[in-house]
Amino acid sequence: MLRILGKIQRLGIVTEQLPEIGEPALTAIGEQLKAHIGERFGGSLAIREVDAGSCNGCELEVQALNNPLYSIERFGVHFVASPRHADMLLVSGPVSRHMETALLRTYEATPEPRLVIAVGECGACGGEFGISYASCGAVSNVIPVDAVIRGCPPTPINLMRGILEAIAKRSPGG
Amino acid sequence: MTPRDQLAAFPRRLADIGVRVEARESPGLAPAQLILVKPGDWSRLGIEARSWGCRWVASWGEEVDQAGGTVIRVNTCFEHGGAYLVARTAVPRAAPVLASHTTSYPGADRPERHIRDMLGVVYSDHPDARRWTRHQAWTQAECPLRRDFPAAGSPPARTAADYQYNFLLAQGGGVYEIPVGPVHAGIIEPGHFRFQAVGETVLKLEERLGYTHKGIEKIAEGRDAEGLARLAARVSGDSTVAHAWAACMAMEQAAGLDVPSRAVWLRALMCERERVANHVGDNGAMLNDIAFAFGFYQFARLREMWQRVSREAFGHRFMMDCIVPGGVATDLDPRFIATMRDEAHALGQQIGKLMAIINDLPSVADRVRGTGVLKPEHARALGCVGYVGRASGMDFDVRRDAPYPPYDKLTFAVPLHHYGDVNARARMRLEEITTSLDLIEALLNGLPAGPIRAAWMHPAADTEGLGLVEGWRGEILSFVRFGANGRIARFFPRDPSWTTWPALELLIHDNIVPDFPVCNKSVNGSYSGHDL
Repeated sequence: MLRILGKIQRLGIVTEQLPEIGEPALTAIGEQLKAHIGERFGGSLAIREVDAGSCNGCELEVQALNNPLYSIERFGVHFVASPRHADMLLVSGPVSRHMETALLRTYEATPEPRLVIAVGECGACGGEFGISYASCGAVSNVIPVDAVIRGCPPTPINLMRGILEAIAKRSPGG
Repeated sequence: MTPRDQLAAFPRRLADIGVRVEARESPGLAPAQLILVKPGDWSRLGIEARSWGCRWVASWGEEVDQAGGTVIRVNTCFEHGGAYLVARTAVPRAAPVLASHTTSYPGADRPERHIRDMLGVVYSDHPDARRWTRHQAWTQAECPLRRDFPAAGSPPARTAADYQYNFLLAQGGGVYEIPVGPVHAGIIEPGHFRFQAVGETVLKLEERLGYTHKGIEKIAEGRDAEGLARLAARVSGDSTVAHAWAACMAMEQAAGLDVPSRAVWLRALMCERERVANHVGDNGAMLNDIAFAFGFYQFARLREMWQRVSREAFGHRFMMDCIVPGGVATDLDPRFIATMRDEAHALGQQIGKLMAIINDLPSVADRVRGTGVLKPEHARALGCVGYVGRASGMDFDVRRDAPYPPYDKLTFAVPLHHYGDVNARARMRLEEITTSLDLIEALLNGLPAGPIRAAWMHPAADTEGLGLVEGWRGEILSFVRFGANGRIARFFPRDPSWTTWPALELLIHDNIVPDFPVCNKSVNGSYSGHDL
């Protein structure tokens, strides 16, 4: 135990004051995110991530939001296991036909008012896979979508920005 | 006699016992040798291959025109001592009946059901009549990989849930069933798991996959080489480098194209970086699954730092689309050689310090030792590759046993364990990180100068190629055949997950349900790479 504490102490807090990565500071985005979540979601935004058929690239980057450098929880965002607990669905695509009904049911299980963000090129427009016998293409072909975050896959910073934009553009209470 | 000679002698053995075998030249498939077998001898081929000690690698089919009519051609790849053999047969399209290899090789079960669902081949003695890849998006009468099936298909307005799949049910006092998924807890891919349990103990787990089936094999048809490389890079996003490499290798083999050595070394550098990133991340995720948050956050931090360097050096955090037909898309700026060398050294040290802490904790040892044991005989029967196989005594690594450039010029250790528990798989990954860090240093030190890409040339119609790459999950097989004008006629990528998903069903037996997450993560099969 002492060694764990020692390691924690020596390493300190690595969480970034929202980093450069060639972008406006992460903290700036994060603080805005926190303010909007405070105002519109009682300080806590619950997201259910749904992989509706993706290659798993988007999931890796969504997972990265929880690593200690981005640590998105500090801004009031947390990922939940059940759509019934969610304010927002973050859906990666393309929506495979085998996931079509599962996605619809997940959407229906999410209490209103609910926000849906389509993640990645495939979620936004079908990407490399498009529409076929096996793929419905974009998420918006299956459920109503409020915003998209492009990128293959979108970087964690772009995911944060996209989530911020989606909740900022939404009118309070709507 | 070396193992390689043994496989060369195998066709003679087949001929000796009366199996009609014809050896064929197919330069694109090299180093694999190609033999033609009559469909009536297909069953004996499986039996003999098994008794010869061959590993069943993969099987794929395609519809082609031959003298005498349209046929469904079925290929099965075997491996023995690092040598590969592709056996090929053909059955009439109108009556595509073939014997199954599942009776000899349990690992052939799902691949054959995939071929049945996609091409309509009827395996006469297959022990499992249930569909596999097909859910409700197309009917049993339709075969998406046949030429008369348009890529758009004719799907229903809304594809229904596939709720009538017959899972095996356990019965008895106190037995209950737990259905999980396809949308299940966590930020992960969709799949369905059906547990039969008594109390907390798992009597049986049955997987139902295919939810992320995106028609990859079908929509590959008609693409040009670059388009196929992009698609291959998205077969499984966490293995984007390895799948792109395998597909490009197959296309380059078909085209007879020599890839500049600098490009090949850079591909290996990216592939080792991908291996390290995934093993580091998964080690953290395994610790998370046993509720040891300290370990999770430490490894998550290391993975993030690692991916940032990948982005700086190659322009993408996963190095997606960095491998292209004929070479690589971007050169490595010389300043990154020192950066990456220091980074590799520092990562090795960091992990060493972390493991000194983690190894000292009985609460971690208690959760991973003896948990989720994959017995060596089961690993062998299923033909498990990668760290899952190597943690259960399957001593095989494409990089060492069927070396492709640049690994033919490098020496490195391939770790091996025998206990097959979660602990062994976690050790494997840590030791593979060490090997990869050494390889990264060797690759940086020996990086040849020169061009990074050879001009692409369309191969002649009907040429085929085979790519074999050791991705971070294990051996990836990629097959391509070109049609006219350099367009792809057939693409089949076999992700190593095909061999490890069935292993998860076996290794969870008699474990407790709460240990399923760590068992699953220790294997970490790809859903997308498997569902295609």
